[in-house]
Amino acid sequence: MSNAIHILGAGMHPWGKWGEHFTRYGVHAARAALAEAEVAWRDVGFISGAATMRCGYPGYVAGATFAQALGWQGAQVNTSYAACASGAQALAAARAKIAAGECEVALVIGADTTPKGFLKPQAGERPDDPDWVRFRIGITNPTYFALYARRRMALYGDTSEDFAAVKVKNAAHGAKNTNARYRKTFTAEDVAQSPVVADPLRLMDVCATSDGGAALVVCSADYARAKGKQHTPRIAGISTATPTFASATVEMPDLATDSTAAASPHSFRATLPLAAFEQAGIGPEDVDVAEVYDLSTALELDWMEDLGLCARGEAAQWLRRGDTRIGGKLPVNPSGGLACFGEAVPAQAIAQVCELHWQLSERAGERQVEGARVGITANQGLFGHGSCVIVER
Amino acid sequence: MTAAKIRPALEGYLTERDGKPHLLGSRCTACGTYYFPRLDSFCRNPACDSTDFEEVPLSRSGRLWSYTNAAYQPPAPYIPVKDPYEPFAIAAVELEREGMIVLGQCAEGIAVEDLRVGTPMELIVEPLFSDDEGDAIIWKWKPQAAGADA
Repeated sequence: MSNAIHILGAGMHPWGKWGEHFTRYGVHAARAALAEAEVAWRDVGFISGAATMRCGYPGYVAGATFAQALGWQGAQVNTSYAACASGAQALAAARAKIAAGECEVALVIGADTTPKGFLKPQAGERPDDPDWVRFRIGITNPTYFALYARRRMALYGDTSEDFAAVKVKNAAHGAKNTNARYRKTFTAEDVAQSPVVADPLRLMDVCATSDGGAALVVCSADYARAKGKQHTPRIAGISTATPTFASATVEMPDLATDSTAAASPHSFRATLPLAAFEQAGIGPEDVDVAEVYDLSTALELDWMEDLGLCARGEAAQWLRRGDTRIGGKLPVNPSGGLACFGEAVPAQAIAQVCELHWQLSERAGERQVEGARVGITANQGLFGHGSCVIVER
Repeated sequence: MTAAKIRPALEGYLTERDGKPHLLGSRCTACGTYYFPRLDSFCRNPACDSTDFEEVPLSRSGRLWSYTNAAYQPPAPYIPVKDPYEPFAIAAVELEREGMIVLGQCAEGIAVEDLRVGTPMELIVEPLFSDDEGDAIIWKWKPQAAGADA
């Protein structure tokens, strides 16, 4: 379609718990992406940053912070905040700028430095804040992942062994990824021996928080052609849709769903990809590889169904047959996913697209999904934010 | 010894009807959409622009949509109640009239082993924590006793 933009290069700073300023990861990733793209920094017309809320004022204006760190050269700048979908929102901003003819080449960057331990709310007595209220009651992030997981077990007969198998698969993928934080392979027994965090989920079913940075160099079709790079992967669809009332799944940080007394129920995760498929003019049956937001192992199975990659309730069967590992018919999270990265919020949705870029341009090395032509990402964050990106070659 | 004073752990979340505890919600008087916690500003139904709400006690029973537990002590503002920490179960209960799923801790003594998706559940009130001022109470869910009146 006419609004499609090309990906010329991708870059990352390896994920970890490095404790450095987030700018360091962002600049490292940006320079790697520019080098792969063979684009000079001065040729970038727009820097689209994904905000980090944890790193003070420089994080709120991340686009400008990165632009200054790379050296002011007069480019336009913007910063996007959409919780875990911030990176995809920044990518959508770049596409809009390019489509409007306001720039030819854009640099999309997200990076984060995370505190040690579990994410927790701000201090103080704040009973008007739903996030504060649910933590007061003892409802943490893994609570929600566990409720979804238990629901799968009751509805579809998924088992704890299935969830462990997601971890084992993703660990095997991530072991071949030098940008992943956790590069150790695990067995089902290892997962089963890790402590229960929120029944039925164990420590190894739930993702960590990480430091990391990811960047993409994207451009117009004309620019790609002029540089002889018209065969690079294209962003064919981006959805950053909000939920539709009445949203019928209980979502972080809420204590209750919308009421369906006056409106029919909707699933946010299942409606998210629709706009991306429509823009790309393809359907789930065309997808060769997927990077989905596995905040928990069980959530990877939910996403496969929400994206329409398999029928509702059948994701565990695909997993058991080996369909979702590299070499299977539809590899899911060939990067290793959040299981191997841990979440670096503003960088994560960009990192998903980086992986698709490398897969579709046959740069994924040992993780290569043979013959992949269409990839999809899916991601969801707090407060009605989410994203789905389709990349084609 | 003076009787322990009882206060709500969260203001405006609980009410009582005929001696029984209920969650206190609100309902849009135009379209009938329910809200919990209470909402009295703007109706969130995109087909409704009402600003009129009535306070309503929510159904105090429903079916268990899903459940889990907090195997580790949650971070503040959760207030620890036992030392050493003891896990508690958490329920997501589907209220039929309201078309809504509501979370909450499970009653003292209820473990995940006692729960099954689809089980009828009822709302009770128990301390969330206790301090020098007495018990701070909260709603909790427990499996409905056979033949109990909803």
